[in-house]
Amino acid sequence: MNREGELVKMKSFLFAGTAAILASATMSSQAEELKIALSSEPTAADPHYHNLSTNNAFVQHIFEALTATDANQNVGPSLAESWEGVDDNTWVFKLREGVKFSDGSDFNADDVVFTFCRVLNNENNVSGSFAPDVENFASVEVSDPYTVKITTKQVEPLLPELLSQIYILSDGILEHGDLSFDPANGCGVTGEWPSVDSFNNGSMTIGTGPFVLDDFTKGSKIKMSRNDAYWGEAPAWEKVELVPVPSAGPRLAGLLAGDYDFIESPAARDVKQLGEEFGYTAKPSSRVIFLQMDVARDDSPFIEAEGGKNPFQDERVRRAVAHAINREAIVERIMDGFAEPASQFVPSEMFGAQTDPVPLTYDPEKAKALLAEAGYPDGFKVTLSATNDRYINDSQVAQAIAQFLTRVGIETDLDAMTRSIFFSRRSKREFSFSMGGWGSTSGGAASFLRQYVTTGDKERGVGGSNYGGWSDPEFDAVILEAIETVDAGKRAEMLQQAGQMALDKLGLIPVHFESTLWAYRDGLEFDGRMDQYTMAKDIRPAK
Amino acid sequence: MLLFTLQRMLQSIAVLLAVSVAVFLAVYAVGDPVELLVNPEATQLEREAMVSRLGLDQPVWMQYFTFLSNAVQGDMGTSFVHAEPALQLILSRMPATFELVFLAMLVASIIGIPLGLYVGLKEENRIARAIMTGSIFGYSIPSFWKGMVLILFFAVWLQWLPASGRGETVSVFGIPFSFLTVDGLRHLAMPVINLAIPNIALITRLTAAGASEARMQDYVKFARAKGVREKRIVRRHILRNILIPIITVLGVEFGSLIAFSTITETVFAWPGMGKLLITSIYQLDRPVVVAYVMLVTFIFVVVNLLVDFTYALLDPRVSLSERMS
Amino acid sequence: MSEMQNMSSQTRPPLADTPQRGANLRRIKRRPSVRKALLLLGIVVATGLLLPFFAPQNPYDLASFSVMDNRLPPGSEGMNGEIFWLGTDSQGRDMLSAIFYGLRISLLVGLVATAIALIIGVTVGLAAAVFGGRVETLLMRLVDFILGFPTILVALVMLAVIGRGVDKVILAIVVVQWANYARIMRSAALVERKKEYVEAAYNLGYSRLRIMFRHIMPNSLSAVLVVATIQVASAITLEATLSFLGVGVPVTEPSLGLLVANGFDFLMSGDYWISFFPGLALLVLIFSLNLAGDRLRTALDPKRS
Repeated sequence: MNREGELVKMKSFLFAGTAAILASATMSSQAEELKIALSSEPTAADPHYHNLSTNNAFVQHIFEALTATDANQNVGPSLAESWEGVDDNTWVFKLREGVKFSDGSDFNADDVVFTFCRVLNNENNVSGSFAPDVENFASVEVSDPYTVKITTKQVEPLLPELLSQIYILSDGILEHGDLSFDPANGCGVTGEWPSVDSFNNGSMTIGTGPFVLDDFTKGSKIKMSRNDAYWGEAPAWEKVELVPVPSAGPRLAGLLAGDYDFIESPAARDVKQLGEEFGYTAKPSSRVIFLQMDVARDDSPFIEAEGGKNPFQDERVRRAVAHAINREAIVERIMDGFAEPASQFVPSEMFGAQTDPVPLTYDPEKAKALLAEAGYPDGFKVTLSATNDRYINDSQVAQAIAQFLTRVGIETDLDAMTRSIFFSRRSKREFSFSMGGWGSTSGGAASFLRQYVTTGDKERGVGGSNYGGWSDPEFDAVILEAIETVDAGKRAEMLQQAGQMALDKLGLIPVHFESTLWAYRDGLEFDGRMDQYTMAKDIRPAK
Repeated sequence: MLLFTLQRMLQSIAVLLAVSVAVFLAVYAVGDPVELLVNPEATQLEREAMVSRLGLDQPVWMQYFTFLSNAVQGDMGTSFVHAEPALQLILSRMPATFELVFLAMLVASIIGIPLGLYVGLKEENRIARAIMTGSIFGYSIPSFWKGMVLILFFAVWLQWLPASGRGETVSVFGIPFSFLTVDGLRHLAMPVINLAIPNIALITRLTAAGASEARMQDYVKFARAKGVREKRIVRRHILRNILIPIITVLGVEFGSLIAFSTITETVFAWPGMGKLLITSIYQLDRPVVVAYVMLVTFIFVVVNLLVDFTYALLDPRVSLSERMS
Repeated sequence: MSEMQNMSSQTRPPLADTPQRGANLRRIKRRPSVRKALLLLGIVVATGLLLPFFAPQNPYDLASFSVMDNRLPPGSEGMNGEIFWLGTDSQGRDMLSAIFYGLRISLLVGLVATAIALIIGVTVGLAAAVFGGRVETLLMRLVDFILGFPTILVALVMLAVIGRGVDKVILAIVVVQWANYARIMRSAALVERKKEYVEAAYNLGYSRLRIMFRHIMPNSLSAVLVVATIQVASAITLEATLSFLGVGVPVTEPSLGLLVANGFDFLMSGDYWISFFPGLALLVLIFSLNLAGDRLRTALDPKRS
């Protein structure tokens, strides 16, 4: 025993020596360089290509929009210094003066008009991405180089929020005459509208942001360097590298080995074991994990119940499901504490949320009683469909939910699949019972409610994700009025009312809110963002 | 000979066509990529615009013929996710995979041939038998688990080697290579070993079988009787004779290694073609999946064609009609 | 192929249904290493199929374990006082029980897939050899076509299309493996076909089918069976790999490969047992099958006896 102990000591000494040598070799040039490992790869450097959080976080290194949201998703000034709503449909934005693009040209209202036109003239963007927001513009008028007046067709109370995602390009990248917002006639641009390639290869990747793009190699890495002409607070980093590493394990190993300074979403169980040479940041996000039940069909494909009925149509059964799940246990054991049990669909700090929702407690006895009362004393059989590569520990969470439901008598089988298959099947309403996730962005509580709880209506663009077919006319009336109310105080009140109506009948059941995690080497500081974006300018050397 | 060449080439084209139909139909039968690409908040109109832009509103056979006529011109479609030509996307990942596969083969040969020679020449010896049993062990270890155990030891516990990625690369003729930098070599070490182990076993067994057969041949017996030194016999007579079949097998193996590197690339997050394939399958990026399968089939068919021709040219005993059946 | 030619030079009584089997059996029995390999194989197969009855827990019954017991290291005590000798996974499942059940799934998939592929392959190979002509050309072209592809690629793309499930994995394995048997069966049968006893059977006016299955098949089967042993191993490897890549068996009925995959996420946290032990079990299973196959082949090689 003793000798073995000696041997182990000797070995670990040897290994430590080698590791130190290897580590010092990789860390020599880290002075003002920051290497970040991303959990998923941005698909383009074109800021209008695809409205994905991964892409948006990346392009915000290089481009900026008129407005910007802060770490808690509150909208504030950026390239626009201020704005005001003149009436329900008209907004005036005052632009910031003295801002330069990375090619040296000045930023002014022409760039804004040019950008809006490009969003509409974007051949290979994915699914319209940002176009619907701009299509709603009846006119964009420039009264002087630093004042822009936007008139919308439909009332859009969230215009400042929406504009925080429309990143401004330089009008110098294309030939043009006098620019005016006249999409039908090309807005005065004579050159050919750029494709995504011109941004990926860097030739048109010219923005006002804190960094400039050096190289974007798909599948490998993105290299950027500091924009010395940046108008805002200069970032601490001369060079930044973004490396996509989709698996959590290797990402963490890379941090431990000194390959990366900073990594996105490490596994929660791992951060607790990080040594003193590392730090981490946890930030509650607005992403809610919830259960969606098929309530529309009397005969649902993945349910086996007595009498061939669909038990989910009974409010008592839905309530039984809600009380059968031990949210604390899921948060504690599966999420390692980095999540919040959810009793509503948006975090209570968000706009229009319930400030103090009635908690959905873990009460298996009550669940069993409710099931018996509803006529299912022996429970029933159901298949829960879930993703296994979309949300944090999604397949684990779904398995735990299946475990809890099985214990109260709802024998739950789990079908976990890759997200592409899941989303496609869910949209065809193939599921009886599914677990989904939704991160609310602009608009607070409205975002989830209008998308998931409202009765589907293509014309009005609501209920697009209401795959369970939930329909409550009283709720619909409230939410539809709320989303067109410009007065913020009144809107918040109506959203709270609608949210309470949704929770009373439990057309969908909330499970938890994910927390986002970041881990980094010692000597860095980072506050985290609710929208889960990772941006190098937010990472600072510790004082 | 001309007829044979022509027939074989026609056959190859038929194979490629058959594969293209099968793969196309199969891949296009799964899921709906629009769901994945479209923002869930998008309206029905935007969805429809997307469908028609991707050409998904056409009947499947129309989609196939569009695909085929484009493919003949080297255009395999555009990635749904990356908006880049699928073929270009795959080719950009090819150097990483080829680097891995070449190095794995090299390592496998350097270790496998001497081991095999030893076994072939000293068949009944205890060490030789241990090597043979070891070789069975070598190709029995599931590739993904072996990769994980390597990571567990060298990256998690010892922290000697990076667990994933490609590291620093150096551009030669515009193609990035990892093996020219220290950092790159550290990243290469584990994936290469992982991919090489089953091939060490394969080459060892091939060499052993060849050497043991060659040892019994008359020319070797004759040389030995003449008093030629053992070392010289091995080098001049045995090794030379068994090298040809080994190289042939390596050639054929190259194609399947490209496919098998998929697993290694997944475990070590190596940015090669295989990893792209897996990601594309998950993301329903159909053009990339189809292009990948077509490309690998093409490599396969070409390699087989070359092997056949070489055989026919080198070995007059192989009657051409025989090889046809 | 040389073994076949060698066998044909042996004299045999005409019309005997089984001229070869006795000799093969004797050859097998003579080698102690074969016996050892077969014994090991037998133990592994029997263990794999019977072990679930001894499992402390039914890992497929979601109500029999608790998430409160999750990720306990080997030897820990659970909430209800039970000991988890190999630890628990992320759901609180006893790893020992999970491995017992996983071993069975892996083995079943391997055996069933191989059996089906064997039946199809042997029939096709026999038919090609007996009927000859166009049928043979067509069948063998198909065989070459399938064997031309890396198995993993075909199975991967196939499962990506048809979805996961035990039955689907078996289907995919059958599709990529039957051609192996067809090719071997055909060449073995071609050798047999030329022998006197077959000719004699033709002369006696037996039907082609009878000759195919009663005379030719039994005598050419030994080569196929050796390959089958090894193919079970590769079927199990393939299943494990597919499950690892996320297109194999469903998560609620984990095979060994899926158990390893589930544990991959926890490897970095030092919870090595979730992936290490199932992988070890998988390795033992595959290694013993390959070893048995190799010993059998050596024993049946007439050059070595």
